[in-house]
Order: sequence, then C-alpha cells, then structure tokens
Amino acid sequence: MVKMNSIVIVGYGGYVPRYRIRAEEIARVWGRDRSELPVEEKAVIGLDEDTVTMAVEAAKIALKRAGIPPSKIGAVHVGTESKPYAVKPSGTIVAEAIGAVPRITAADFEFACKAGTEALQFITSLVDAGRIEYGLAIGADTAQGRPGDALEFTAACGAAALIIGKNKSEGVAEIEACTSYVTDTPDFWRREYERYPHHTARFTGDPAYFHHIVNSVKALLENDGYTLNDIDYAVFHQPNVRFPLVAARLLGIDLEKVKPGMVAGSIGNTYAACSLLGLVKVLDQAKPGERILVASFGSGAGSDSYIIRVLEGIESKRGLAPTLDKFIERKTYIDYAVYAKHRRKILM
Amino acid sequence: MFKIKVPRYWRHKDFRYRLNAWKCNHCGETHFFKPLICRKCRSREFIQVSLPETGKLLAYTVVRSPPEGFELQSPYIIGFIELDDGTRILGQVTDCQPEELKQGMRVEATFRRIREDEEDKIIAYCYKFRPVI
Repeated sequence: MVKMNSIVIVGYGGYVPRYRIRAEEIARVWGRDRSELPVEEKAVIGLDEDTVTMAVEAAKIALKRAGIPPSKIGAVHVGTESKPYAVKPSGTIVAEAIGAVPRITAADFEFACKAGTEALQFITSLVDAGRIEYGLAIGADTAQGRPGDALEFTAACGAAALIIGKNKSEGVAEIEACTSYVTDTPDFWRREYERYPHHTARFTGDPAYFHHIVNSVKALLENDGYTLNDIDYAVFHQPNVRFPLVAARLLGIDLEKVKPGMVAGSIGNTYAACSLLGLVKVLDQAKPGERILVASFGSGAGSDSYIIRVLEGIESKRGLAPTLDKFIERKTYIDYAVYAKHRRKILM
Repeated sequence: MFKIKVPRYWRHKDFRYRLNAWKCNHCGETHFFKPLICRKCRSREFIQVSLPETGKLLAYTVVRSPPEGFELQSPYIIGFIELDDGTRILGQVTDCQPEELKQGMRVEATFRRIREDEEDKIIAYCYKFRPVI
C-alpha cells in the first residue's frame, strides 16, 4: 500500500477516434444472437491512426489543461499492448510530437488492460521521489479481436493521458493512495508474432477480473482507512458493461456511483485506456472535495487501485479543452467491410 | 515498392510533428524546413518558431488517384490552409468527408500517420488538419 505525499493530477485528457461499429453489425456478419451483446457499439481508429497518434491527441488535451510548457515534463510513459513497433518506443514519438524531448525518460509499459495505470504508478513514483517535476502517464490501445471471436465485439480504440505534478495549487485532483494486486493467472495472452490474443472464455471472470479487482480495492480501503462512504464515484475496468456493475455489487458499492464513469457501452473496451477514460469522464463532471475510486484490471493478471480526491482547480481547468463526451458524441458509423479495412484485417 | 528516406524524414520531424518552422531574422519570411539562405532576402539568420495549430480552410481537393504509398487512404482530401498567423500551408484534411467541408471553416492540426515504408516498415507521422472539435 502506498500513501501518496501530495501527488496531484495537473492535467488530464481523453481521446476517442471518430469511427464506430455497432455490435449488432458484428453479430450480423458472424451470425450471432443479437439479444445479448456485451456493448452497444465500439470505437474504431481512422486509416491514419494508431496507438501513438491517439496517445499524442490525449497528451495534447492534458497539456492544455495543465497549462505547463511541455519542456517541463520529465517522463513520458505509454502503457499499451498495441505498439506500432515491436522494437522502437512509442514514448519517444509521443514525447517528440508534444515537444517534451530531449531531457526526459521515455518508455512503454505492457500489462494488458492495466498498462495505463502501471505507467501511472511509475510516473507518480518519479514525481514523489523528486526525480522529475512533471510526468506524463498514458494508456492507449488499438485493441485486437480475432474476427468472429467474442472479443471482437468489444476490442476498441482510445487513449487517456494524465500529467502528474506535486504542487496542489496547480492540481485538478490529488492521488491520495494506491495499491496493486498481482498473480500469475493465464486468462488472456498473445504470443510474439501472433496477430490476435487467446483467452480462456469465462475463466476471465471469477479467477481473473473479479478476484483481482475485489482484492485490490479491499486492500486499499482497509489499509488506508477509507470506507465506502468516503467514495463518491467508482471507476472499474470495463471489458463490457456488466463486469463493472458486478464488481461494484461484490464490493457493496452503490451502482449509482459506478454509472457516471461508464464508457464501455458507447465506445467498447479500450484496454489500457479503459479505466483511465472512465476517470477522465468522472473528472469532467466531479465537484471539488469528491473522492473517486479507480480500479484497473490487466489480464495475466493484476489490478491497480487508486483513491483520488478532486481539488478546486478542476473548476478552472475543465473547460480549457474538449470533454470526453465531445469525442464520444462525434461519431461516424461504419459497416463491417469498412471496419475490416480500418483495422487492416484484409491482408493483401 | 514505396520507400521512405529515413534521414530526410528524421531531419524534417520538427516541422512535420509540431509545425515548428524557421523565420528569417531580417525579413520575417517563414520557411518550413531550415534553409541555408532566405529565399526572399538571402539572409542566413533564422529563429525557430511554433506556427499556430489552428486556421481556416481556403480550398481543398479530393485525391482519388493517389501516388504510391497513399493507396490505403484513398480517396483523401488535400487542403490549403491559412493558419492564424497568416502562414499558408498544404496538408491532408482528415476525420471528415468532402461534403462536410466548407471554404473558410475552422480547422486544427492533428498528429497522424502519413504513410508507411513497404519494405523497411518505418512509419512516417506528420501533421494533418481536421475540423475543429
């Protein structure tokens, strides 16, 4: 358990690409039952987008809210499982594109869907240790789903970025505490040179998602002296719309505290960006003094939990950049054929 | 097979990634890539400046017969944009259909993939423009 010492989010940003495919359309192509689809629709990248371009979009929005020159950023860490290059860091391209180079550390983190919060762990540590003044943590993914597989209904695209600093007067929210819960659980994996991941179907629920999130959150609350009454919003990783609500029920959290941070129904599971996009959505509406519980989940498996308290600065900084809803509402529907082209599923 | 000249791509990244250009210290002429001498006044002194990332669309065309390396994106839009400081610049316009565009509409720069080397697989990133969000 880590009790943080004045670690604040000074800027935040979320980005969702413009294109959407309805889950119904995927079901139509593969002859699936349309009555129980895991999400309504999911976000799809444009032909000229990838994890790096989305990470840059989110980072630039976060910079607008932070109001700091990019040269003050000392670390750029990108959490993703869909790097454009197997060897060549995404972090350096993002840092160059936002003008944060050269006196920085940059790296990519991989931990399935919790790679974004894993990057955040390291950025907060660097700031807490005084090694850097500001750091940029990003979760971004263009998630892969094998054609016809259950994951294809949800595997989506998006990015979220947080700029972390130490000065409370600049902050939109303070990260008060965090913890991690990790075991070797083979619920989802992709070997090198493979195009699509494998998963163990329902095994991904109880021993993986629910076990890790519940234990991570319980440890955070018990060890740091928080009760459920201290929490105004709860954001969980969202592989579909049902899992976060079940996790809340298992923890005894009112479902009304979960709904404001739900994004999967309208954009799908954005993997490393998912729980951070939920946090961005909550920051777009929360009031100073309110507390947010964020619990990510990454297959393999693990969960990072954070307690975040909203600061007065949110009121003046929120309007400096487009809210996440602006990107969610900006959409163009595509059919499966165009989706296959956008996701390069047609090999020529 | 389409090839990207990696050294040239690397040399141009300040402008292609961040619209960082060079202004002549004597006459104020803007150069997108650092020149040896100013094309207008022949001066050799320049300062690096960040061009504004927003502007208005002056004109556009739709490319339906793309050059090598751009086939996947076809059809795509090329716009002639006047940035907020008056600098005029060509660039692809993305995230929209041609019928959504109007002369004079506000656009903003966005960071995108521009093309990919088919043999060595290096990805070239560059600014494009899109309608302001």
